[in-house]
Amino acid sequence: MKVETFALRREQQTATGPEIGAETSHVRTVQSPAGAPPQLAAYLRRWLALNRRGLRAVLIGAISLALFLLAWHLLTENRVVFFIRFTNVPSPSAVYESLTRAMQDSTFFTHVVLSCRRILFGFSLAALIAVPLGLVMGRFRVAHEILFPVMEVLRPIPAIAWVPMAIMLWPTNEQSIIYITFLGSFFPILVNTLHGMSLVDPVLVRAAQCLGAREVSIFREVYFPASLPHIFTGLTVGMGVAWVSLIAAEMISGQFGIGYFTWEAYSLVQYADIALGMICIGVLGLGSSALIRGLGRLVMPWNRT
Amino acid sequence: MNIMTPTPPSKGRVDVDNFALSYDTLEGPVEAVSNASIHVNPGEFVSIVGPSGCGKSTLLNAVAGFLKPTRGGVTVDGEPIDGPGADRGMVFQQYSLFPWKTVKGNVEFGLKMKHLDKSSRDRAARTLLGLAGLTAFENKYPDSLSGGMKQRVGIVRALATGPKVLLLDEPFGALDAQTRVIMQQILTNMWQRLKISVLFVTHDIDEAIFLSDRVYCMTARPGSIKAEITIPLERPRHQSMMMSSEFLGLRRGLMSLIREESIKAMGGELNDLALDGLSIDLHGQSLADVL
Ligand SMILES: Nc1ncnc2c1ncn2[C@@H]1O[C@H](COP(=O)(O)OP(=O)(O)O)[C@@H](O)[C@H]1O
Ligand SMILES: [Mg+2]
Repeated sequence: MKVETFALRREQQTATGPEIGAETSHVRTVQSPAGAPPQLAAYLRRWLALNRRGLRAVLIGAISLALFLLAWHLLTENRVVFFIRFTNVPSPSAVYESLTRAMQDSTFFTHVVLSCRRILFGFSLAALIAVPLGLVMGRFRVAHEILFPVMEVLRPIPAIAWVPMAIMLWPTNEQSIIYITFLGSFFPILVNTLHGMSLVDPVLVRAAQCLGAREVSIFREVYFPASLPHIFTGLTVGMGVAWVSLIAAEMISGQFGIGYFTWEAYSLVQYADIALGMICIGVLGLGSSALIRGLGRLVMPWNRT
Repeated sequence: MNIMTPTPPSKGRVDVDNFALSYDTLEGPVEAVSNASIHVNPGEFVSIVGPSGCGKSTLLNAVAGFLKPTRGGVTVDGEPIDGPGADRGMVFQQYSLFPWKTVKGNVEFGLKMKHLDKSSRDRAARTLLGLAGLTAFENKYPDSLSGGMKQRVGIVRALATGPKVLLLDEPFGALDAQTRVIMQQILTNMWQRLKISVLFVTHDIDEAIFLSDRVYCMTARPGSIKAEITIPLERPRHQSMMMSSEFLGLRRGLMSLIREESIKAMGGELNDLALDGLSIDLHGQSLADVL
């Protein structure tokens, strides 16, 4: 036995030896000519070299945004009419003023907080139902056969088309709005979970079975983590659709919320507030997507993208 | 079939008797294996070689419990096989590591299924990872490993549950030649330490001879056993033995057996022309005995 371990170790050494040698000599040639350089400067230079692409993207992105603002400013200040009319469109500075006014006003915050709460309830409910349902439908043929036809009939109906029905179904306005938000995100999450389940590598299931895993463990340890990347795709898409549905529902039947705020601004001829509401919706949508992405990275440390 | 010797103390005897398996397809049943009998004694290293498509994987998957034989029986220590289980560890060509688990998490998986507590799982995994030279990588995810490392993890993971038999389906087929040699050495080392039965499928003749106590050679599809060759090379084996006349004799014999079957597998027309150039030269005496 001694002899064998020795043989094994020697094999490994010959395998890794040349690599290590090459690496150390490489490092030496980089550092020796510089003598004792200022460490920080060298580090910064290398960081710049490695992140050149990212920096370029940030720079161009900033310029592009500035140009957009400039175009907006020029079009509105000069009240351009060229088929579309900028006569009543608020200028960036007017929107900024509107923002500072809204910051001192608690009702604006109420609108934002209420919208966020509706998203939180509607979206969370959708995730909590659609993910397990997708997992079960993906694993058990009977569940798929029973539920899939109903899903396929309901899926093409846009959440907004549910508004009148939702008002009839639910006792309060608040509940029907949350229901609309729920519907909007439900199907993207379900469809992506199902897709993820259909792509699970059967060899991994076999590997788990050979290691003594039974049905429940295979479900928890193989199917669920294997589908997670697609589940998170579904959550990201679902979050986008949830906002779309929420804003539409708020504009039609709401009493509060950022969608209602935007629509009300139009009725009250507060044109700057329309743009403020729109920008606010955009920022909230962006933020919630980023939140989902961050959560995904936290939950799937193996999925380096 | 009837064992005259008393049953040996260690476990892991595999008996495949008059095995046949057909796949159901739209064109009717496709017979993958027509008649194969294979035996692995406890602690023995047995290989199956044969041309591609002859039914090697089919046979191995039946022992693993993924496929039911159409005819014949498969038993491990006399027990008929009923589905996959942890008593038969399996190593796949595509590695099949769980990408969402670290190296250590992969190795611990089988022990977790056995409801072992965390600290004993940890200890067992560390010991095995140390044996395979993987200690430095225990917290890495499989995606960041080379093919050779992945397969070392695959082997260690299969061994962690303490199976009676280790089944390997062309485990080194995707590796480069140098890595393959190292992997063969590592597998031999672990096999001798753990005293486990091994059933090893490969199409690499050198690999089969170098690793095995016995080699079964299969015919073209529908597969059956064409020959059984005992490898008399002493252990521990060394790379240098591959140059010995004994090894080369065995190699020549096996090569001609396989080539014949490969030509059959590629279509009969080749036969007359191609076989002319093949002299079945039996320098290996043990091979002559079998034939
Ligand atoms: N699921 C299947 N359905 C139909 N035919 C199959 C199936 N799996 C394998 N076969 C056929 O059975 C034969 C043996 O396959 P396999 O055991 O994978 O061969 P090997 O591993 O020796 O290359 C092949 O000819 C293959 O085409
Ligand atoms: Mg195969």
